[in-house]
Amino acid sequence: MVAQDAHDPHGNDPHGHPIHAHAAPTSFIRKYIFSLDHKVIGLQYYFLALTAVFVGMFLSLLMRIHMVWPGAVLPIVGEIKPETYLSLLTMHGTIMVFFVLTTAPQGGFGNYFLPLQIGAPDMAFPVLNMLSFWTTFVAFVVILAAFFVTGGAPLHGWTGYAPLSALPSAGPGEQLGADLWITSIAIFCVASLMGALNFITTVLDLRAKGMTMMRMPLTVWSWFITAILGLLAFGVLLSAGILLLLDRNLGTSFYVPLVVVNGQIMGHKGGSPLLWQHLFWFFGHPEVYIAILPGMGVASQLISTFSRKPIFGYKAMVYALMGIGFLGFMVWGHHMFMSGMSPYSAFAFSIMTMAIGVPSAIKTFNWLGTIRGGRVRFQTPMLYAIGFVSLFVSGGLSGPFLAQPVLDIPLHDTAFVVGHFHLIMGVAAIFGMFAGTYYWFPKMFGRMMNETWGRVHFFITLAGTYAIFMPMHYLGMAAQPRRYSQFTELVYLQHLLPLNRLMTYAAIVTIAAQFIFVINLFWSMFKGPKASDNPWEATTLEWTTATPPPHDNFGGKTPVVYHGPYEYSVPGAPKDYVMQTDPSTVTTH
Amino acid sequence: MGLALLAIIWLITFFSTYFFVAKTWWPHGASTAAAFIDSQFTLTAVLMGIVFVAAQGALGLFVWQYRDRSDAKKVEYSHGNTKLEVLWTVLTAILFVGLNLMGSNVWAHERFAPAEAGSIPVEVTSMQFAWYFRYTGPDGKFGATSPKLMDPAAGSEAAVGLDTSDPAAKDDVVTGTMYLPVNRQVDLRLRAVDVIHSFFVPGMRFKQDAVPGLEIHMHFTPTEIGDYEIACAELCGLGHYKMHGMLKVVSPEDFDKWLAAREAEKQ
Repeated sequence: MVAQDAHDPHGNDPHGHPIHAHAAPTSFIRKYIFSLDHKVIGLQYYFLALTAVFVGMFLSLLMRIHMVWPGAVLPIVGEIKPETYLSLLTMHGTIMVFFVLTTAPQGGFGNYFLPLQIGAPDMAFPVLNMLSFWTTFVAFVVILAAFFVTGGAPLHGWTGYAPLSALPSAGPGEQLGADLWITSIAIFCVASLMGALNFITTVLDLRAKGMTMMRMPLTVWSWFITAILGLLAFGVLLSAGILLLLDRNLGTSFYVPLVVVNGQIMGHKGGSPLLWQHLFWFFGHPEVYIAILPGMGVASQLISTFSRKPIFGYKAMVYALMGIGFLGFMVWGHHMFMSGMSPYSAFAFSIMTMAIGVPSAIKTFNWLGTIRGGRVRFQTPMLYAIGFVSLFVSGGLSGPFLAQPVLDIPLHDTAFVVGHFHLIMGVAAIFGMFAGTYYWFPKMFGRMMNETWGRVHFFITLAGTYAIFMPMHYLGMAAQPRRYSQFTELVYLQHLLPLNRLMTYAAIVTIAAQFIFVINLFWSMFKGPKASDNPWEATTLEWTTATPPPHDNFGGKTPVVYHGPYEYSVPGAPKDYVMQTDPSTVTTH
Repeated sequence: MGLALLAIIWLITFFSTYFFVAKTWWPHGASTAAAFIDSQFTLTAVLMGIVFVAAQGALGLFVWQYRDRSDAKKVEYSHGNTKLEVLWTVLTAILFVGLNLMGSNVWAHERFAPAEAGSIPVEVTSMQFAWYFRYTGPDGKFGATSPKLMDPAAGSEAAVGLDTSDPAAKDDVVTGTMYLPVNRQVDLRLRAVDVIHSFFVPGMRFKQDAVPGLEIHMHFTPTEIGDYEIACAELCGLGHYKMHGMLKVVSPEDFDKWLAAREAEKQ
């Protein structure tokens, strides 16, 4: 590709000072609470997600304990009832998907590092950015409130299938708890729409001189594509959620036909339960990619950096991201093969789903191609990037089973599905976040994290998560339905209890190991060894500025970009890496 | 560190694959569809297993082989290889789409065609948290039901809201256990009265959601006499995990006897 003329970053006045850059705030509130600085907002998102992930993880721990020791009376929590189990499951899924998997990779790392990596002084719309975070925060408070209202949290699962989610009388938690759940998601959608607009505009308008689209780090590409997915998907979920609120509170019948609950005829007629599923999954499937694409970006960035080798097939990586994003909008029906949807449409959705395997395979191939022939450094961030690839392969390859409607007959809504999406959308994405944390920590806090404890954390977490989620595939093959609080009722499930117990033990160990991470994180923030400006000898723009970066990111200068993002081991160069801003060395990209 | 990574990745790969194949996880399949579905699963598992072992194996090998060490070879300065990239893309596309096309025959057979002539009609009604099964009786017709008449507490006929004033309803039999004659196709009519449920019979390799407002027609053919548990596979509320039922596949003679006895009870 012929490098297009580097365009002048918009928003510069004739003296070269960024016009929109706001002066550094001095008051505590404007600096740390209602900050306009993308770096502070990024950290706010990050710590919100960190809080949420511990809440979500704690809920999953209670679930796993209840599943295998149903009568257990726990300290503080007491005994978990079957309906409480369903509330835990609903809240676990919702909190993890929205407030962790969507919040940290995009809102956290994206906010902090996207402007830095493209050489911008801030996001395009700093006020919108602040609003977006605080709206997300409100959504989080609202969802937590569902635990504490009469009837408790809803039990309809994170997918909230109507009519169960639309009928307050359909179960405990379906009253005020369910209203709060939908309201929280609707607020979250608004926040995500604001964030998505901001990301897209920033990438298109605020790139530094010389930062052509095809010189952007793959992390920036992944945040950019993710933002486009968010813009198209969250609007649909927002509308769907509003219709559900109307059904629940104003007597409309978008999703509810004439139904009889416990002998009582409800006042609805003519609605379609499948409509909710179509709308939900039209959002829900792209959401999977919203969660995982930033992880792919981080993995690409780190594998190239720590292998000291240019990324294998940069353009193919960009096109694969676009391909996954594009196809991601055409496959929502693969969640509905057993729903009563036309069996003919299943055929089309299935082919499109299989097609997504192709760009995914390209990415895996290129990661392996990057490592091969490199000189791999095993610092903790790289361990997590390698773990990401392993998990992405494992989680990805159960996809072609579930993409075939005929195999969904035995596998749909079993533990096989739970294993599949936890590996790829849950754990792989979280490995992307761990990788990002260990990698960017020095830039964010000016200190290094402890490598030894980082490694210990990595090995326990990798082995532990496999021990939890790989057996779910076997359970699914043995027809263990998902969302069952106990396995005592069906005779054919009883022999699976020992395996389920084993998974609970693995979960306890893995969850305990996460405290190693948290302690390392906070301890290193204050006590870690001081970091240099570029401790990993990386090439992208965030490593050219001070550590931590000043308020305007580049200390009054505007970086100029001369190279692609992954110029490692360039023959003839003085070091084994060439910074993107280095004007002296000529490279091919 | 390279060796530790290689070890853990290869061990994970070994154990994951080993437990996949070491045990027959499937419940025994006893319907005409079971053989097709199981063989398509096996084919998929073999192909994906090969890719899984190859990819994880290569990952473990490469991180160890290309680790940073003093005598390491010079890093190859390369931005990729378009030929390899195209080859890989084409191969994956053929593998994935081919696999899909092979499975779609079975899907079409199970889901596109209506039930064959001579199949036995059974209506399945699902509600929180029970299954009811209705047989037409000698007239071969289901009688009318009405939401107004539904009384779950009373069970059976009252639970499904059978309208006893309809002559066609007089001989309808409603039970809590499903009986089917072996080797005869069943023409299912799936209904849900409150929320979505899913009729899952692992032994029959059969699953279909029952959706309020829809009447879904499906069919399967049991091929072995025996008892098969029915599970609900769609989250339906607090009793979801205990919404189970039983399918008893019996000889045609036993089935006729059973149905006649139920008819007699009604008189």
